[in-house]
Amino acid sequence: MASDLPATLATLLNLALVVSALATLVTSYRVIRGPTTPDRVVALDTIGTNVVAVALLFAMLSMQGFFIDVSLVLAIIGFISTITVARFVTEGDIIE
Amino acid sequence: MIDLTTPSVPLAAASSAPSVGPLKATLVAALVLVGTFFLLVGTVGIIRLPTVYNRMHATSKATTLGAGMIALAGFVFYGPGGDGLMALVTLAFLFVTAPTGAHMISRAAQRMGVPFVAEVQWPAEDGGEGSEGDEGDGSTKAD
Repeated sequence: MASDLPATLATLLNLALVVSALATLVTSYRVIRGPTTPDRVVALDTIGTNVVAVALLFAMLSMQGFFIDVSLVLAIIGFISTITVARFVTEGDIIE
Repeated sequence: MIDLTTPSVPLAAASSAPSVGPLKATLVAALVLVGTFFLLVGTVGIIRLPTVYNRMHATSKATTLGAGMIALAGFVFYGPGGDGLMALVTLAFLFVTAPTGAHMISRAAQRMGVPFVAEVQWPAEDGGEGSEGDEGDGSTKAD
């Protein structure tokens, strides 16, 4: 199914997938070694955004459009989790 | 009789598979390159910068711009309507929510007492010592 793509574009999309995956892997260093909790939350938020980019790239590489819906849902879940952790850290409670 | 020639995911095969001409391929390639570059910039920022405020200053702008450029590439790839419209919705959602999330995390970090980088202090809230808040103003507002 990916044979409909031009070969240059397919190579570039593969390369961008590799770079995004490596960036996600390097960001997990900050999740493990981050000195404070907000460091870890920021790093996890960055990982979520990177995974959104990976889903979008895979939607273009495999030419299956519903992976764009996957990326939108991942963006929504990342935003909700960030807000939830911020509220939990400051107020010690999520839903009062 | 079951038609064995249809693919196993008929919905995807029916709705997608846009034609990719040379102009569209060039535009998608350029947007993907710019987006990947910004993703790399955000990663370097989160590894190298000293405090959490500087780190979220780097990631919330660079990573959002990178994923936004890749979403724009998806919009160009799938065309206006259907899946391309979902890519545009993803772009708008990222641009609205990423600064909001970074702002809430930075406020939470400041309430937790995470220290700023040296010689930077909070701009004077109660009119007191605001003498050199002028200098630290730019770094403190790292959203």
